[in-house]
Amino acid sequence: MEQIKDTQPTRSTKRNQERFGKTISLIATLLIVLVVLSILFFVLSRGLRTFTQHDVSVLDFFAGTEWRPGETDDAGNALVGALPMIVGSFVVTLLSALLATPVSIGAAVFMTEVSPKAGKKILQPAIELLVGIPSVVYGFIGLTVVVPFVRQLVGGTGFGMLAGTLVLFVMILPTTTSMAVDALNAVPRHYREASFAMGGTRWQTIYRVVLRAAMPGLLTAIVFGMARAFGEALAVQMVIGNAPVLPDSFTTPASTLTSILTMNMGNTVFGTLENDVLWSLASILLVMSLVFNIVTRWIGKKGAIKG
Amino acid sequence: MNQTKMTIRDLNLWYGDFQALHGMDLEIPENEVTAFIGPSGCGKSTFIKTLNRMNDLVQGCRIEGNVQLDGENIYSHRYDVNNLRKRVGMVFQQPNPFPKSIYDNIAYGPRTHGIRDKQQLDQIVEESLKKAAIWDEVKDHLDRNALSISGGQQQRICIARALAIQPEVLLMDEPTSALDPISTAKIEELVTQLKEDYTIVMVTHNMQQASRVSDKTAFFLNGYIVEHGDTRKIFTNPEHEQTENYISGRFG
Repeated sequence: MEQIKDTQPTRSTKRNQERFGKTISLIATLLIVLVVLSILFFVLSRGLRTFTQHDVSVLDFFAGTEWRPGETDDAGNALVGALPMIVGSFVVTLLSALLATPVSIGAAVFMTEVSPKAGKKILQPAIELLVGIPSVVYGFIGLTVVVPFVRQLVGGTGFGMLAGTLVLFVMILPTTTSMAVDALNAVPRHYREASFAMGGTRWQTIYRVVLRAAMPGLLTAIVFGMARAFGEALAVQMVIGNAPVLPDSFTTPASTLTSILTMNMGNTVFGTLENDVLWSLASILLVMSLVFNIVTRWIGKKGAIKG
Repeated sequence: MNQTKMTIRDLNLWYGDFQALHGMDLEIPENEVTAFIGPSGCGKSTFIKTLNRMNDLVQGCRIEGNVQLDGENIYSHRYDVNNLRKRVGMVFQQPNPFPKSIYDNIAYGPRTHGIRDKQQLDQIVEESLKKAAIWDEVKDHLDRNALSISGGQQQRICIARALAIQPEVLLMDEPTSALDPISTAKIEELVTQLKEDYTIVMVTHNMQQASRVSDKTAFFLNGYIVEHGDTRKIFTNPEHEQTENYISGRFG
């Protein structure tokens, strides 16, 4: 070994190139880690000031239903209850995922199992188009089509969680569908062949073999869709009504964490409670996106063991 | 001489413009093992798949001619392909159990064909695993994932799975090519037992295997059946020079 080491030139062009490439990718990686960590630090440190500097109790923040930053109740406690927004965010996220799941799995089955040709020609471009539409356009369409539609259907103003759910449903559809397609395509051909060779019909094969085998991937697709719905701000803000009150129906104005953030972030002074409490909302969003991330990883791991 | 189970008459097959099979004629006798030998790409696997219409799944595949099972043309429009595949089972080159428990793998076929009764399923699973000579190895952990056992065991699970739908014909497309010699020996032994109850058709690259386990052999070359007949005759006294060259290892 020693001898071989000795005969190696210590500095050659190749070695320098190798070192150069390594350094560059290392710097890039460090930069990304640094950015992520500083965002985390900044958002959380600001968000926690609500509790440390302004003495808002954690319970009042998470369970309080009165959202009037800058005002206090009779006892002098700040009115920064975030429950309406937390509920709003979770409800529209879960409902839109609930709507998107059957539709996207159905579309994915069509594209991979039923008619790959038509799927590639028609559905694939349609989905790619949906991905490319900016969220403000979704919001605009929601405002001019969905909100009046809901108004006519149920009455009231039309703004609310139902309109938000419908808009988000369309917005997360391309994400969940294309990921579901990938999950189904990843199911090995020989599973299908085995089922057909035993006289299984196409439906039996899809339902009992392909969908079961693709389950971890399909779950991942849905969780990704939920992450997207949870974080979407602009389009939701345009149709949900932005009333920071606990909604008593799906068609009364409500709000989400993101919509309150986008509405108010320009109107507060840095360092005040009004501003810091917005950072607290942002912290919740950040933590939730972390949770979605962990869930998808966990699903991936469980799926891998099952083979 | 056993009765003829399947009869193939003037079968031609195209993948798009490419003709893969030319004017195939063959009889497959009941309760015997028929082996297909020949170099890679000669059409053996394509041909065996025409016997249970697995080629239906291949895009651009076109078939002319006649394949009869018990005298009925399986390519007739009225023939139910799912029922055909229930009668003509298949084992693939790569062991391909589902990512489910051993039990669910074996029960897949019967369930597919409408058997729901737990007791009946238990019985079918046990019988099929016994027939595939793997019952003793797996009986204590039928709930284990079928992918967690060895390749040779997986292949016998696949054989058991195919037997569970009580087929009459069992097609085996190079069933041992992915297995080690010991597993191969077990499967060969199994094949000789199974022919008591089933008609077996087997593609193999291994000529010793063909001579060991088969009663009839068909030699394929470039999409033609060059010669077919009793295995002993093919291997000791072939009529065609190409056959002799192939089995003596001069090409292929």
